[in-house]
Amino acid sequence: MPAVSKGDGMRGLAVFISDIRNCKSKEAEIKRINKELANIRSKFKGDKALDGYSKKKYVCKLLFIFLLGHDIDFGHMEAVNLLSSNKYTEKQIGYLFISVLVNSNSDLIRLINNAIKNDLNSRNPTFMNLALHCIANVGSREMAEAFASEIPRILVAGDTMDSVKQSAALCLLRLNRTSPDLVPMGEWTARVVHLLNDQHLGVVTAATSLITTLAQKSPDDFKTSISLAVARLSRIVTSACIDLQDYTYYFVAAPWLSVKLLRLLQCYPPPEDAALRSRLTECLETILNKAQEPPKSKKVQHSNAKNAVLFEAISLIIHHDSEPTLLVRACNQLGQFLQHRETNLRYLALESMCTLASSEFSHEAVKTHIETVINALKTERDVSVRQRAVDLLYAMCDRSNAKQIVAEMLSYLETADYSIREEIVLKVAILAEKYAVDYTWYVDTILNLIRIAGDYVSEEVWYRVIQIVINRDDVQGYAAKTVFEALHAPACHENLVKVGGYILGEFGNLIAGDSRSSPLVQFNLLHSKFHLCSVPTRALLLSAYIKFINLFPEVKATIQDVLRSDSQLRNADVELQQRAVEYLRLSCIASTDILATVLEEMPPFPERESSILAKLKKKKGPGNLPDIDDSRRNVNGNTEHHEPTETTNKSPPSLMADLLPTNRPRPASSSPIMLSAGTMGSSHPFTDLLNLNSPPAAAPSLLVDVFSDLSAPASVEVSEDNFSRFVCKNNGVLYENQLLQIGLKSEYRQNLGRMYVFYGNKTSTQFLSFSSSVTNGDALKGQLIVHAKSVDPVIDGGAQVQQILNMECVSDFTDAPVLNIQFRYGGALQNIAVKLPVMLNKFFQPTEMTSQDFFQRWKQLGAPQQEVQKIFKSQHPMDTDVTKAKILGFGVALLDGVDPNPANFVGAGVIHTKDTQVGCLLRLEPNTQAEMYRLTLRTSRDSVSQRLCDLLSEQF
Amino acid sequence: SFTTHCEIRTYHRMCGMQFMLLFSRQGKLRLQKWYVPLSDKEKKKITRELVQTVLARKPKMCSFLEWRDLKIVYKRYASLYFCCAIEDQDNELITLEIIHRYVELLDKYFGSVCELDIIFNFEKAYFILDEFLLGGEAQETSKKNVLKAIEQADLLQEVSHVKNCE
Repeated sequence: MPAVSKGDGMRGLAVFISDIRNCKSKEAEIKRINKELANIRSKFKGDKALDGYSKKKYVCKLLFIFLLGHDIDFGHMEAVNLLSSNKYTEKQIGYLFISVLVNSNSDLIRLINNAIKNDLNSRNPTFMNLALHCIANVGSREMAEAFASEIPRILVAGDTMDSVKQSAALCLLRLNRTSPDLVPMGEWTARVVHLLNDQHLGVVTAATSLITTLAQKSPDDFKTSISLAVARLSRIVTSACIDLQDYTYYFVAAPWLSVKLLRLLQCYPPPEDAALRSRLTECLETILNKAQEPPKSKKVQHSNAKNAVLFEAISLIIHHDSEPTLLVRACNQLGQFLQHRETNLRYLALESMCTLASSEFSHEAVKTHIETVINALKTERDVSVRQRAVDLLYAMCDRSNAKQIVAEMLSYLETADYSIREEIVLKVAILAEKYAVDYTWYVDTILNLIRIAGDYVSEEVWYRVIQIVINRDDVQGYAAKTVFEALHAPACHENLVKVGGYILGEFGNLIAGDSRSSPLVQFNLLHSKFHLCSVPTRALLLSAYIKFINLFPEVKATIQDVLRSDSQLRNADVELQQRAVEYLRLSCIASTDILATVLEEMPPFPERESSILAKLKKKKGPGNLPDIDDSRRNVNGNTEHHEPTETTNKSPPSLMADLLPTNRPRPASSSPIMLSAGTMGSSHPFTDLLNLNSPPAAAPSLLVDVFSDLSAPASVEVSEDNFSRFVCKNNGVLYENQLLQIGLKSEYRQNLGRMYVFYGNKTSTQFLSFSSSVTNGDALKGQLIVHAKSVDPVIDGGAQVQQILNMECVSDFTDAPVLNIQFRYGGALQNIAVKLPVMLNKFFQPTEMTSQDFFQRWKQLGAPQQEVQKIFKSQHPMDTDVTKAKILGFGVALLDGVDPNPANFVGAGVIHTKDTQVGCLLRLEPNTQAEMYRLTLRTSRDSVSQRLCDLLSEQF
Repeated sequence: SFTTHCEIRTYHRMCGMQFMLLFSRQGKLRLQKWYVPLSDKEKKKITRELVQTVLARKPKMCSFLEWRDLKIVYKRYASLYFCCAIEDQDNELITLEIIHRYVELLDKYFGSVCELDIIFNFEKAYFILDEFLLGGEAQETSKKNVLKAIEQADLLQEVSHVKNCE
């Protein structure tokens, strides 16, 4: 039991709290609490009416139980009853309970608001304050609706007590934060501003907070507060510290009010009026001067309060960014703190200097402290202080000191705390790119990053180095040479293997002339790492190998042997097996010319904001990242490497479809082709590389999805212009208008499919509220399941985002799903609907068979309804190779030597659906003289025969 | 963690102090004051995370840390940690002195305050805080004025208590 029990002690409550404290275990505590809850419940439900004291005691016990972390689901009504008690103590407990435990139970809110209204009208200042505190603590919309117009009246009324004014001001502030739309501005605003002149400093303090909040929302309405705030500030900073009596805190005059006034002034630019402006400058100089005076007390509170005002003054100086002398002075005074014995001050000085570094006036002054900051990085014991030092080095970096800063960060990285390594890696990568005078230094730096902190080098970083090497041909040879050398390290990081694999695959030829890095040596070096790597890296290496076959015909046989080995062709991982099989096949059947086309060098990446910078911004929050891209860049002329930006920006946003040779049914150069549903995803380096700049998909916006489902299909005409072009191919541009381009890349395996949809913003303006969904018509619903992953709601100008659709064919189908797209462009809502090219033939697996087998099955499928035949006129020139490609693209195997007439085409395949498999034979007979075709389809299902015949006959 | 993060962000630019927590060296929460609307679940999650983070710090470390996109200002008094969350633009040092002034108020009211006083008179600790801070902003920074308000209220309590016993 405590010695002190002031006021109205509740003995029962104290006993209960003691009991809880004496509980030896969590279980005992819960048991005691349950006992108490049962007791209180029975009291509340009992026939005997409880007196106010008991009610108060039980409500207080419930509150205690809640604050211990237990749920409370009753007692609200009793608490509300206490509100209308005329005993202060009961009312007070009632309000406390409501403040802590209110939930938007509509019945209760009405009762609570009634009680509050009575207290506000009571003219009893203590009751009024209780009511106002409650509104400020709860701050709900219902309360704003009920009182937002009443409180300003109380605030400015002449006869309101000072303490009530203070509560009313902050109550209004809270309502304005939670429901700004409900707080009416009106004739009271001018009178609120004049509270800055009030004699009572407590009233001024509360009013300053309110005015700051209101001024942030509508600065023009509160412009008159500037001169009043300056006058008030001036009086405080020039006062002797005893003048303000109890508002002096450890010999510092009204530190809270000073900070708030300085904060209010940060809502505005420097005053235009010259006299006012010089008065403010005087104030700021006085604050800077006072900070230099010997301390009036050794207490830390004195120094903290004084420096709180100093830091706020410096914030205002930085905000104005117009007085070079003040900025430089601020920087020098902060410089003294960099070596202060108080850790807190060192921390804040580093933090504050970060913002000073972004002003062109003080950037140079900040730079003079570089050695101290580097020293802080090495000697500070507190990781949060070291973090600030890293931030400051990043902010003060420019062309003149980039090499030193990057070197220091790299050396710090070797011992840096795990918690901040990733961020340092990002920062080094950005600085190295931004201030690279020669790109060999850049490449060296990134490889060093991987060597020192490979685990913390995220995909964005190594993607970026590849983007840059691909876009800059002056560094490609050096990059190839450097990765080749780095790969010789006995334990090199897997990220290095990835970068090495990619770069040698693209540019290995540039160093192949040297016998020490001959093609075979390069290949052996890469392959020596293969077995130590994870599946995605191995997949990347396999792609590098097929690129080697193109670059270096002399190692083709060696690589084919590797691809052919059981460990590849029979690899348990479907993805690796698939690549091995297809790359091997590609290397065997394709001519040199085709190989050269399919495997040609990657085209330059479209240059946009560095994905690393985007990641860092995301990590730090936009407000927390000192912007190294601001105006001072012009001062220092650091725009050197934007040349590639300009050249690549001219081309339209590059869609996946543009990068791939889409007229080939199976582009092998840069995409894994047929992937099983389980292993597909973001783990494919090559696929991802093409989409580097799209941010990761955010959580779906429920609201948007609901709306798009409701409105899109009904109101928009479905475009199917390009639909039939996709019958025999899987990739290409599906839709294009002036704003948007939609590209597709799809993969099918048995009855499963995956489609990558790429949305390219062709404009320079953001698309907002972007959403896209897939709808199936009624007939299609049970036949085909399409699952659309969520897509990022914002597409930046010139950017592209990807959406993944997973599909499952349940049974054979005729209709096609519709892709519904909605977004806002410059305020206008755009609705687009496109027929999605998912057709039955996509679920074909080709079947090879002998002539004998073919005719045997052909006869078996002889029933009249099983055969569908169509004779039609040719729409295109009748070219044998084109026709063959189309039939292959349709999905069946082309069977040679089956038809006695060599001019005819015969194919076979199996349609895979979840329910069943449908065997399918087809025969196409061209008549070149008549420019006609006859197409015959035989399958075990009439609907399948009909659909396939309809689809294919449109293609010739 | 994504939803919590978002919810706090929404109020990010709007509020000075977001919440204040008092907890013991053993991690027991003694007082919680929230100036932004959050669900009970989120409050518990934030409390758990923050108590763990602060207790893990060594004595000589600085009183400020970045946490999510907020700034945490904390100070230990005897067995109790006082911990405030403020937004990016807010003043760390003045927040540190808000904590100190609150401690002074408790000290003056209870007469050399200890953790037990706050446990057994938790409602008083809340009342004093409401007189000093409202909506996350300082309402009255004069120690004298705050204590005067509390003492007046106590006087009203004594009166009603006497009546109650009659």
